[in-house]
Amino acid sequence: MTPPVRRAASQQSATDRLSRLLSMVPYLVERQGVPVQEAAEHFGLTEAELVADLQLLFLCGLPGGLPGDLIEAEWEGGEVFVSNADTIARPLRLGLDEAVALLVGLRTLAETPGAGDREALDGALAKLSAATGDAGETAGVVSVALDDDLDPALLARVREAVDGRRRLHLRYHVPGRDEATERDVDPMRLLSLEGHIYLEGWCHRADAVRLFRLGRVIDAQVLDVDGTPPPQAVSRDLDDSLFQPSATDLLVTLDLAPGYRWVVDAYPYEDVSDLPDGGARLRLRVSDTGWVRQLALRSGGGVVVAEPSELTTDVADAAAAALAAYDTPI
Amino acid sequence: MSARRTERLLNLVIALLATRQWLTKDQIRAAVPQYGEASTDAAFDRMFERDKDDLRELGVPVLTGSGSAWFEDEHGYRIDRDAYALPEIAFTPAELAVLGLASRVWQQATLAGAASRAMVKLKALGVATDTSIVGVEPRVQTTEPSFGRLYEATRDRAPVRFAYRTGGRGEPVQRTVEPWRITSWHGRWYLVGHDRDRDDARVFRLSRIEGLPTVVGPAGSVQPPADVDARAMVANADPRVAQRSATVRVAAGAGLSLRRRCAADTAATVLEIPFADVDDLAEEVAALGTAAVVGAPEDLREAVVARLRGTASVHAGPGAGAGTEGSVP
Repeated sequence: MTPPVRRAASQQSATDRLSRLLSMVPYLVERQGVPVQEAAEHFGLTEAELVADLQLLFLCGLPGGLPGDLIEAEWEGGEVFVSNADTIARPLRLGLDEAVALLVGLRTLAETPGAGDREALDGALAKLSAATGDAGETAGVVSVALDDDLDPALLARVREAVDGRRRLHLRYHVPGRDEATERDVDPMRLLSLEGHIYLEGWCHRADAVRLFRLGRVIDAQVLDVDGTPPPQAVSRDLDDSLFQPSATDLLVTLDLAPGYRWVVDAYPYEDVSDLPDGGARLRLRVSDTGWVRQLALRSGGGVVVAEPSELTTDVADAAAAALAAYDTPI
Repeated sequence: MSARRTERLLNLVIALLATRQWLTKDQIRAAVPQYGEASTDAAFDRMFERDKDDLRELGVPVLTGSGSAWFEDEHGYRIDRDAYALPEIAFTPAELAVLGLASRVWQQATLAGAASRAMVKLKALGVATDTSIVGVEPRVQTTEPSFGRLYEATRDRAPVRFAYRTGGRGEPVQRTVEPWRITSWHGRWYLVGHDRDRDDARVFRLSRIEGLPTVVGPAGSVQPPADVDARAMVANADPRVAQRSATVRVAAGAGLSLRRRCAADTAATVLEIPFADVDDLAEEVAALGTAAVVGAPEDLREAVVARLRGTASVHAGPGAGAGTEGSVP
């Protein structure tokens, strides 16, 4: 899967750009003489992108198109001045979905142990609800519940280790291999993905950064050892996929029935194509074939390992062996 | 192209905000120079309709009305200036920082675009974000293709129809549902609503919906009960809130996920596992292969055997893969 790349401002849709311009004008009108660089940073743009926006503004204005009708924008001396823009000098209100997206996000944060600053969360929720009216009610139709069956004592010990930079000893369940592993971890941060809370840390067993789902931690002990991760421990970019394959991993081809197309979205892949039955053929790299075998077994035929043939045979053997345990013919 | 269209939209916004009277389509066509590109009336109509929809999508309140009591068929347009503007909000830098975190909750998700557009608008307020705030950053994905359509239907209170698979029982079945709530529970999305076919409240897992749902009734026609507790409803359907019990033999040390379901230690070789959803538990047992074998009940045993047979048949012999007729549960 190609890593997400920041889209250049010029590649955004016309409505995204309009939305930015309608936000930029009130900001600039209120701050006459703001340096180009400061305004660009505020909107997450390069200076060239900001100037392109100003050039576009310059062409717009009241019907008539006479000089006095158009918006005036000036940035020659490195400072931005905007005038003749009274009609759009106030910021545009939030659309319904925009308000809902933020409100549900805030409520999710409010439920996440250790997320953000409680006072700021409550303040933002109250002000946004007041400013967006009935969006608050609509936001109630979507909710996110996080891991609520975590052992609070376990969570407290892990937090203690993260906050105090202490090394942790974990007993951890690796479902793909169905085994409990023991490892020492220098904790980096807690994060929450897909309704589960993860510990990110430097794993001394793997000599690499690993994510541990707290729901799979069987036991955690805070060791009386400094837990500062080594300098090469770099946090993952959360906007990339959670599981990052390496080019040396085994290349596997899976044929997915229509009901299993979700697998395409769940794992990073090399390429994907449609199958005539509405399913998909997926090629992906895996470091551990255990989870592929488990996926094929649990899917009951909805996920077919097409390549490599050794893995196909392996799945067939695993299914046959399991059926034998039920004393039933294949 | 995008720049031309942005100019056109911006000029349209300015024209509709500046006017005190309703502007007719002809007046709008004359007022916005970029509409000159439309060579025919039909082309202009298409452009204008699309622009109007996009503006409304952005939250711009484009109103339709008529200034004349005598010529009611001559409709005009304008933007309500008071409804256009964001009410005065004074966010502190720390509040804007948590709003930024909230907008990033929606990673690659249906609402991600809406969240980032909202943040762009809030930047007009000019508050600098306090970047020192750190903490657990929740991320929510909506990889289920039906999420967008179901969110819209739930938001608009419109009934929907979709094909729903209950695992292990063959073909998907059409369900007509009055949607009440969408909720994520343990990383999976669920729809809660009134199932018209069953005439009862039901919980649907989005990953079991085939294809895209269709809206089958007018917006506003669904009246969710005031006291819907989606989480409680999903929790009751969740395997963790179990009503039945299964006996499963496991190899020593194996089947840790099953052991956790019944709090058994690693030495036990026969597990009594509470469960509610046969298909859920069957998936989990089948995934473990020979390491876990169901003793009882019979329907669970059959569900596991059916899955294993399905897997065995599509992986048997050379040429496994596309074209093989597999039984898809």
